[in-house]
Amino acid sequence: MTTTDSKIKLDIKKIQLDFPILSREVRNNRKLIYLDSAATSQKPQVVIDAQNNFYETINSGVHRGAYYLAELATDAHEHAREVIANFVNIKSEQLVFTKNATESINLLSYSFLNATLKAKYGAEVDKRLILNPGDEILVSELEHHANLVPWQELCLKTGAVLKWIPITDQGLLDYSKMDSLISPKTKIISVSHMSNVLGSITDIELVGKAAKSVGAFFFIDACQSVPHMPVDFSKLGADAIAWSGHKMLGPLGIGLLAATEELLEIMPPFISGGSMIETVSMQKSTFTKAPKKFEAGTPPAAEAVGLGAAVEYLQKIGMENIHDHERHLTKLMVDGLKNIEGVTIYGPTDDQDRGSTVSFALNGLHPHDVGQVLDDMGIAVRVGNHCARPIMDKLKVQSTTRASTYIYNDDSDIQTLLEGIDEVFRFFGSK
Amino acid sequence: MQLSNMYQEVILDHYKSPRGKGLQSPFGGEAHHVNPTCGDEITVRVLLSEDGKTIHKVSYDSTGCSISQASASIMFEQVDGKSTEDFDKASNEFLAMMQSKGIFEPNEDILGDGISMIGVAQYPARIKCALLSWMAAKDAIIRANGDK
Repeated sequence: MTTTDSKIKLDIKKIQLDFPILSREVRNNRKLIYLDSAATSQKPQVVIDAQNNFYETINSGVHRGAYYLAELATDAHEHAREVIANFVNIKSEQLVFTKNATESINLLSYSFLNATLKAKYGAEVDKRLILNPGDEILVSELEHHANLVPWQELCLKTGAVLKWIPITDQGLLDYSKMDSLISPKTKIISVSHMSNVLGSITDIELVGKAAKSVGAFFFIDACQSVPHMPVDFSKLGADAIAWSGHKMLGPLGIGLLAATEELLEIMPPFISGGSMIETVSMQKSTFTKAPKKFEAGTPPAAEAVGLGAAVEYLQKIGMENIHDHERHLTKLMVDGLKNIEGVTIYGPTDDQDRGSTVSFALNGLHPHDVGQVLDDMGIAVRVGNHCARPIMDKLKVQSTTRASTYIYNDDSDIQTLLEGIDEVFRFFGSK
Repeated sequence: MQLSNMYQEVILDHYKSPRGKGLQSPFGGEAHHVNPTCGDEITVRVLLSEDGKTIHKVSYDSTGCSISQASASIMFEQVDGKSTEDFDKASNEFLAMMQSKGIFEPNEDILGDGISMIGVAQYPARIKCALLSWMAAKDAIIRANGDK
């Protein structure tokens, strides 16, 4: 295989220089080949600098204190919110900062639980949020545990019933089964936009329409899509989407929830305490409007500012360009893997409808052993069940090896991976 | 290649030709252990003597990586037919070795082929793989004794 970097309009070599970690050596003084961006992405210098700059020059509590630094910190925090909101085409008021995407999804599920419990004890809540025994929540079989376990928990606490859209052998949702799974009993549908294991992309429009047809809330786990392709909230037809900052070049410790103004208005708070109240007496409290209603406590402001810088960096490159580049890398990877005897690819092998996350097996070898030999060559891939155990059951495997790319990966990274796989077979004498 | 410290020939040999694999009856205690990060699983059965001091029979069935499979095979060799006191000695020695970051002089009289796992101790992500069978066996013995 020859490299085809010249066909790409982006200068990946130049982009790589923006990421300090990519210049470090790993095991055996090998160059780091980072192919685990679906787990967490690396950070460009501008993000590290923005976060450091916050601590070095304006660190103070945001939304509290009337002094100069507090004003600067608050401005920086809210500017970041504006930048990120604009990135997915929503108003700032529609963007809630959380700890991570898992917390964003829990925010949603707990809002239903809290509304259901509050109604039981006479508080006034929007009836659409109340779950009764026999109500149904629909997910899919390819969910990350983060978009499965919170809904299982909600069912256990309310008597609602969890259903799921099965997946096909190609790792796509089996939409033909959807109609029989959706009824007026369906109150919530929550699916992932792109599988973190198989890279398959969900037909959001189709699922969204089905949700609307029965008046169900429609949520999307967008962790794997927002970092890698243009996403416009208004075009998804969703009531809310959740994703994380650290998978899109931002710092760890900050996640996001984008929602319709209506949903944010009717949902009761998830975590309560300081910052999210209007008035407090010993008897009772009233709450501020969203997004702050959902941001109790001192927020991770430096992380928000770092994420704002990450989004500006992504916008400068252009999400369409990023998507195109990754489609190109995915094709190289999938075609290359197909050409190696003894490799099984899980999920779609057609680059048209998949993201750049590719799971595969080396026949007869355990992913842990595969990952170990690749690591010895400086190649970082993920091995395991990828927090999506039901997919493993469906594929009838214990675990898979997963390689995933981002904007800083180039053709030679893929080439090194493919050579690495040959080396794994050689090492264990399987060929 | 540094990797050959971990994947020593004797480990690959146990992996490719596991000793004592396959569950057997009767048994006095059984334990099923899982490594949740990779999904590796093992079931260990033990049959103890009346006084609980001798392991008449240990058997196991497992799926997983080369390290966890080889470790189970080695554990079988070291434990089958021995006293529970010997088991405790061996499992303690093995645990100490795995927690040593590789700075350890393992006792071959106690661990047998288990000394080959010293290289694994240098890779924190793989320590669990090596310990899985030993921990399951320990549990199975406790259960067998509990049933008496």
